[in-house]
Amino acid sequence: MVLATSAVAFAQQPSSAVQEIEKYRAALGDGNPAELWEARGEALWKEARGPKKASLEKCDLGLGPGVVKGAYTQLPKYFKDTDKVEDLESRLVSCMVALQGFTPEQAKKDPFGGPGKKVPMDALVAWITSESRGLKMNVQTTHPKEVEAYELGRKMFFFRGGPHDFACATCHGADNQRIRLQDLPNLTKIADAQKAYTAWPAYRVSQGEVRSFQWRLYDCFRQQRFPELQFISPASIALTMYLAKNSNGGTFNAPSIKR
Amino acid sequence: MMKKTTAAVLGIAGLVAIGCASMAHQDEEALAAKALELMKASFTEQGQAKLDRLNQDEVQKVCSEYNGDRKIPKDVAERLEKAQLETIKYPADGKYLGDWKAGERIAQSGVGMQFTDTAGAATGGNCYACHELTKQELAFGTIGPSLYNFGKIRGNTPEMQKYAFGKVYNSEAYSACSNMPRFGHKGILSEQQIKDVVALLMDPSSPVNK
Repeated sequence: MVLATSAVAFAQQPSSAVQEIEKYRAALGDGNPAELWEARGEALWKEARGPKKASLEKCDLGLGPGVVKGAYTQLPKYFKDTDKVEDLESRLVSCMVALQGFTPEQAKKDPFGGPGKKVPMDALVAWITSESRGLKMNVQTTHPKEVEAYELGRKMFFFRGGPHDFACATCHGADNQRIRLQDLPNLTKIADAQKAYTAWPAYRVSQGEVRSFQWRLYDCFRQQRFPELQFISPASIALTMYLAKNSNGGTFNAPSIKR
Repeated sequence: MMKKTTAAVLGIAGLVAIGCASMAHQDEEALAAKALELMKASFTEQGQAKLDRLNQDEVQKVCSEYNGDRKIPKDVAERLEKAQLETIKYPADGKYLGDWKAGERIAQSGVGMQFTDTAGAATGGNCYACHELTKQELAFGTIGPSLYNFGKIRGNTPEMQKYAFGKVYNSEAYSACSNMPRFGHKGILSEQQIKDVVALLMDPSSPVNK
């Protein structure tokens, strides 16, 4: 009897550990440090910066110049002025170049924060995405370049390579799987894709940073043993298109908080 | 007459279906080529991770194509497995069992081959990321099947030891498009390290078999 009981407790341990993490998240959710990034991001959006001493307030994120609310739910999308499909980060770089007069190199120089280094990009991303909280994802593939980005992103998702033969799909292509104790969303299924995509960006407790979706992809490929994914590269935007569109209908709820 | 008409209609429908399938196949191939081009323009080498990691071998290419609802055809799978079986280099001394304690350390470690890892440093197998192995380690993944009692269930025979060595060396030889890395074939683990992992799986004194 004792044996049987302990065997049951044993078998339940992993799932109860997951429940504990969920509780921890809920407790922290009320006071997410990402709010500090959001506040800095809003100030940066309005601040006159760059050689042209201009703010980003006229930046068109897809819903018209200066419209921030809900913009993230429709990204990535095709922009006529650049003739490209852009995600939030690449669109911000385009605006920093066009409106503020930065060179493209300057605008994308510091894509991610680190210890002792806070970067404008993380803050802008945190604020802009927070302005879509509670709204439904609604990414369109109407322009041929949007269709192409989605299809190329799908191909990338299943692309196996490197010394370990890993693809995104290796870990994210089946239901109810875990790596160690970490639950893995099946990103080819709507419900899981919605839950996963709408929770980024996130404040990572273990890193003390707000991490953008560009960072999420960058670090996934590092763990896949691939070479280094370049910030706002066409492949990163195509893959984002595939994952974002698969999350359509999901309610956006980020910046979130993660372990 | 009725039957003949039906057959004829079915025949045409069949041809159309085949035509569509091969067109879709061509589209997918063109798309794959374009995706690779896009990736080559989007990744840069960093540390030990050079751009040649994007150059797919036959297994990687075939298994990228067959995914999700597109199951790999049986003949393609058999051809692939046969070719991969020929890559396995078994130990010259004919011994498959190393030290299970070293095997446990290899199973725990996920270090190695990322661009943030030191090139040439000893790599791990990270078996626990995907498999249950011992009852002492609760933090195991579920991408692969449980390997608890692996040797106890199958018997610690030379044939089974040889199979376990081959499976860790090149999993694709036994199960085409398996998610498991080809640890020996791709030089992730050395022959000795694979022997240690095989001992973890097979040795009666290993906690896997308790």
